[in-house]
Amino acid sequence: VTGESGPDQEGAGSPDERLVDSRGRRCPLPVIDLAKVAAAAPSGTLITVLADDPAARYDIPAWCRMRGQTFEGERDIDGAAAYLVRIS
Amino acid sequence: MGGVQASEDGVTGFLDYASGGPLHPAAVEALHNAWVTAWADPSRRYRAGRQARLLLDAARQAVADTVGCQPDEISFPPSGVAAVQRALAGGLAGRRRTGPTLVTSAVEHSAVLHAAETHEDSGGQTVLIPVNRYARLDLTAFQQAVGAPGVALASVQSANQEVGTRQPLAEVAAVCRTAGVPWHTDAGASLGYERVDVTAWGCALLTADARTWGGPSGAGVLMVRRGTRFVLPSADDEPENVPAAAAAAAALLAVTAEQESEHRRLAALIERLRTELPRRIDGIDLIGDPDPAGRVPQLLTCSFLYLDSESLLERLDRAGIAVTSGSACTTDTLEPSHVLAAAGAFTAGNIRVSVGAQTTNADIDRLLAVLPTEVARLRAESGTDAL
Repeated sequence: VTGESGPDQEGAGSPDERLVDSRGRRCPLPVIDLAKVAAAAPSGTLITVLADDPAARYDIPAWCRMRGQTFEGERDIDGAAAYLVRIS
Repeated sequence: MGGVQASEDGVTGFLDYASGGPLHPAAVEALHNAWVTAWADPSRRYRAGRQARLLLDAARQAVADTVGCQPDEISFPPSGVAAVQRALAGGLAGRRRTGPTLVTSAVEHSAVLHAAETHEDSGGQTVLIPVNRYARLDLTAFQQAVGAPGVALASVQSANQEVGTRQPLAEVAAVCRTAGVPWHTDAGASLGYERVDVTAWGCALLTADARTWGGPSGAGVLMVRRGTRFVLPSADDEPENVPAAAAAAAALLAVTAEQESEHRRLAALIERLRTELPRRIDGIDLIGDPDPAGRVPQLLTCSFLYLDSESLLERLDRAGIAVTSGSACTTDTLEPSHVLAAAGAFTAGNIRVSVGAQTTNADIDRLLAVLPTEVARLRAESGTDAL
């Protein structure tokens, strides 16, 4: 679980990929975690957000629509919901 | 009843009419009169009973005239929720031999969805029809579901109680007529705010709650059209609340008399917010049909990125502004409003503004002044103002 300094970020094998671990963080924090990483990410970056807050399922695609980013779907990673976002 | 001016009364800055607003003066007068003159059981065959019965019959007549049906098709259950429970239970039981299925939308009032769960618990089935981004029913899916075998009843709201989007009732009626399926409409967001004509709509059952048009608590409205197969599973021998029914009808007559001008006035208040808020606040999701013709006039729901709505409601309350929210953090569960979720809206940082008879331009001025400031402050405090 991440603290005030922000979510965990690590390259996931490629410089164009970021992992945001927002597990245990409640709405609106997962979207804030995503937006902070997105602000510093170059175009084309794929951000994966791990989140167990139920509202993330609606708010991450809605954030993408509002901010002109591309939502690339939801998948299961080790039992956690993972949301994929491509930075325009 | 004098006019309401002081802010201590809670009416100034009150922007939550959809949850039940201040009583209409006509309702206050009718309540007072009925408590004094119509205290008896209206089913009793003595003078006082007949007096209560007269008042109850007048209330039935007034509501029937307003929605376009016969007085004996109207009754007054103790609340809008009770009216919905009765409508669905009776409509489903009346067609049990046809089949076990209820078809309804994913954005109905929780009273409808809870009644659907009760139906499932007793062995029935529910088909939930999805909606588009404006929370409007997917007609193709609805047509398929209603056309399938075994459908006892359909239920589609006249307009959505959270985002205001009107449902395509003419098309719903045509689909149901073709399939031979009776349908119920929750007219809670429409009655008192726009014309309701059950003959044009063609619904068999209609429900509403008097609190949404300035009536008292204790008066739901249930319409069951003649010829509807309707069987209430349990005996319903509770006498109707005559004072509440009389006051509900008095308020409905009063607001209906001014409906055209009020519709224009309330729509203009909401349009001002829809135009001005995005100019003053970045990262706002305006929810519901952007076309005013596709909405009832009194509602606006919007969400603000990166805010937690509990903090926002608290700041607004401190500034004397009363609104409500569909965000998860303002509910007991972690789930946000099912309407926002079904419409693909941003669910965090959400507020619902609903205006009514005593809302003024000054209330909207204040909201337009306070909301941008508080949103900016909260974002600055959470370090999200640059995102």
